[in-house]
Amino acid sequence: MEPLSIEGTPKTPTVILDAEKGKIEIKGRSIPENSIEFYKPVVDWLEKYSSEGPKKTTEVIIQLEYFNTSSSKCILDVFKKLEGVHKNDNEVVINWYYEEDDEDMLEAGEDYQSILKIPFKMIEIED
Amino acid sequence: MTPFDLQQWIDKTTQGEVFATYKGAITADLISNILNLIENKLEGMNEDLKVKKKVFNVLVESLQNLYHHIDEPPAEEELDRNFAIFILSKADGRYKISTGNFVRHDRIKMLRDRMDQINYLSRDELKSLYKLILNNEEFSDKGGGGLGMIDIARKAGNKLNYNFYPYNEKYSFFSLDVIVSDF
Repeated sequence: MEPLSIEGTPKTPTVILDAEKGKIEIKGRSIPENSIEFYKPVVDWLEKYSSEGPKKTTEVIIQLEYFNTSSSKCILDVFKKLEGVHKNDNEVVINWYYEEDDEDMLEAGEDYQSILKIPFKMIEIED
Repeated sequence: MTPFDLQQWIDKTTQGEVFATYKGAITADLISNILNLIENKLEGMNEDLKVKKKVFNVLVESLQNLYHHIDEPPAEEELDRNFAIFILSKADGRYKISTGNFVRHDRIKMLRDRMDQINYLSRDELKSLYKLILNNEEFSDKGGGGLGMIDIARKAGNKLNYNFYPYNEKYSFFSLDVIVSDF
């Protein structure tokens, strides 16, 4: 399966989806006005990854500095696809990074964690 | 009752230390420019990271709320089609984000109900409502279910301070002030 890589902009994150390595990375800012448009290829890729036989272990790195409410639903869609991967007896861990003292970003991660049936690891980035 | 005077509202709202004001059409590019400008300003001010992030988050949601949900302004004012006002100021050491735009009377009740509900809820209740809407409701690319407003209240840690000023038989001016707590 072809990897998908999207370069970040001031309003959209860097995305690296690599089926060979079983690695999913979303980093940077996610504050576009139209998030559905941005996340569509990401969600489609994950749908394919999930159905075409994912790696035994998928490592997910979410390291967002900011995200808007328009993105929040799309990020949940991303996680729901990964939940599907997890359900089929594969190991999936979501590593949720937040900057030191950024309690809002930690809480946002915990909000997702409480909605989803998938392991989360909260990781503080120290200065 | 005296008719609503836009300039008077602006004068009243731009008191204290003002970092940015904008009056005109709200476009995606404009939002990018404002965010960039304000981020640079906050960067240079040695502000607490937590406060900076909260201000930036509230700014994004406020501006994008305007971008997605704005009504056309009354023709008499000869304003841009997506006309809105945005002001970032600081008073008593706390940041205030003010926005203003014209709304049709028929939208006031929905907006008022939504903001009253948000203001009535505790921090934990807001968190539950946010998660409920996030997880259960179908919503469009415009966001929806009032997630933006809930997020603003959660991040700011304060009530939404709003007003509707009657303008003419069809429109009111809707102002919203959000003060970002520095807890």
